[in-house]
Amino acid sequence: MLISIIIFVILNKAPGGPLTPYLQNPHITQADITRLKHNLGLDQPAWVQYFHWLAHVVTGDFGYSTSNSEPVIDAMRERLNATITLMGSAFVLSLVVGVTFGVLSALKPQSFLDYAMTTFSYFGISMPVFWLALMLQIAFAVFGVTAFGYHFALPSAGISSQDDWEWGDRLSHLILPTITLSLLYIAQWSRFMRSSMLEVIQTDYVRTAAAKGLPRRQVVMKHAFKNALIPLVTIIAITLPQLVSGAVVTETIFAWPGMGRLFYNALGVFDFSLLMGYLCLASFFVVFSNLLADVMYALLDPRVTYT
Amino acid sequence: MQTGLPLKVATIESDVEGEFVENRHTVWRRFRRRKVAIAGAIVLALMILVAVFANVIKPFDPDFQDPAWSGYPLAPGMAHHLLGTDELGRDLLSRLMFGARISLTVAFFTVVMEVVIGAIIGAIAGYYAGVIDFWLMRFTDVFLSIPLLPLLLVLTAIVEATSTKASLSFLTIVVIIGGLSWPTVARLVRASFLTLREREFTEAARAVGNRDGRIIFRHLLPNAIAPIIVQATLDIAGVIVTESTLSFLGFGIQPPTASWGNMLANAESNMTIAPWVAIFPGLCILLTVLAINYLGDGLRDAIDPNMR
Repeated sequence: MLISIIIFVILNKAPGGPLTPYLQNPHITQADITRLKHNLGLDQPAWVQYFHWLAHVVTGDFGYSTSNSEPVIDAMRERLNATITLMGSAFVLSLVVGVTFGVLSALKPQSFLDYAMTTFSYFGISMPVFWLALMLQIAFAVFGVTAFGYHFALPSAGISSQDDWEWGDRLSHLILPTITLSLLYIAQWSRFMRSSMLEVIQTDYVRTAAAKGLPRRQVVMKHAFKNALIPLVTIIAITLPQLVSGAVVTETIFAWPGMGRLFYNALGVFDFSLLMGYLCLASFFVVFSNLLADVMYALLDPRVTYT
Repeated sequence: MQTGLPLKVATIESDVEGEFVENRHTVWRRFRRRKVAIAGAIVLALMILVAVFANVIKPFDPDFQDPAWSGYPLAPGMAHHLLGTDELGRDLLSRLMFGARISLTVAFFTVVMEVVIGAIIGAIAGYYAGVIDFWLMRFTDVFLSIPLLPLLLVLTAIVEATSTKASLSFLTIVVIIGGLSWPTVARLVRASFLTLREREFTEAARAVGNRDGRIIFRHLLPNAIAPIIVQATLDIAGVIVTESTLSFLGFGIQPPTASWGNMLANAESNMTIAPWVAIFPGLCILLTVLAINYLGDGLRDAIDPNMR
């Protein structure tokens, strides 16, 4: 709520307001502009406009996208699937790989494996997403990989190269963007998982379980691993806003037809309703996932209670 | 240090000072043991030296289009142009050096701004606690829950459309990034102030009759400085990446001024025929950010081994 007010104020101060695209059109006269302004309620004070806008948003109406010539909500709905596919697969990949890396390096601290993974995560954290995307494109799309006498090259742009749905085609388009988007989270989460796991292994209940003579595998998986996962939930919630930011960059570079790209294209032409809608949805997504994390945390750890 | 018996009361401030000095030696000793952090510091120092003396050591002017190669832009590395030339026949190495200048100064001033805003807001919230704290922190939460990059892009796009000048100024980038990234610092400062305000020396300072402003800046802030320094170091790395991302997408530092980000933007379209133009600026970013991250983590472990 507060967020939406701030974003609205910022965008309202923009030059020419939402009608900028029309102002650049020589066929539209000053009289037309005034008429349009009146029709859209733009001659009213800002706060009236805000409540007007809010009332529409509550009913699921984000206004009309001037650059796409369709309502914002329709423009977004078309691209929502692509974004969810990309974000979802990146999320799953980061979770699986990040947790595995973290647990493995925590089980043998100071080992070669541990050092290798720590170094890897430092690189992952320091790597600019857009450069990683370019390098992956050079390596896998431009030059390709030659192995076992075959030459592989992955597509570097778009979501598919043919009209009808085909699994292999879709998947091959998904690989590079997913790796690009995941690397940062693999790095962050594996580092966190490592320290969380190290902490849990030192606790009394894990030592008790080991002392009871339970097999090591069971101690690690059942007693240590499950408890080490709990604090990870918080970290995931905290890093989620970056996933939205990362998706904008990744979708732009890989020409992925998702919401991030829609947003980027709207920037150049200054499509007011669309920018506003995107920022709001993204912020709601973040707030919602933070809330979800709190609830999950309480569910997973009975020691936490809300007063 | 505390041998003079009767003068103890008068030395409350210098006592704290003494603790700090002693601390500094142990911190340095612990820091020295971390080889990677030292390596990070050396790499960063080299980068800064190159950026400062870019004027002196540059092989060419960064905007100079070599006539010998303008017919053949995108030349690979050779004796004359060590790392080759870009799509306009400009020397890549020289542009990288001047890019370092821009990227590092933007990062530095942004972090200074972020720390100043964050420290003031965090200090006020932490010192006064209660209602003021509640509302300032809700305000901070709002900033934390808007995804940073999209918001930055919108703001820079607006400024670009408003400004009468053809290009976004250096200052705009600093103000926009700095004005949005202070919440982490604010939270950090608030947390340490909430504990510091209960300590005896704060009470003593208040009892002597100091005004709030003086207590905050002279007594509390110096004691909360360690985590701020660590956070600021790590944030420099973050800002370098953010700035280069903005520049890469075309909403940051505008060409012809070289920045590591916008050099990559130009390189993208020629990536298939001249991959080296895309590789080197990114390597510079990666190397610098990696160095700062190692340095920052080393500092954190040295200052407070229990912090993580």
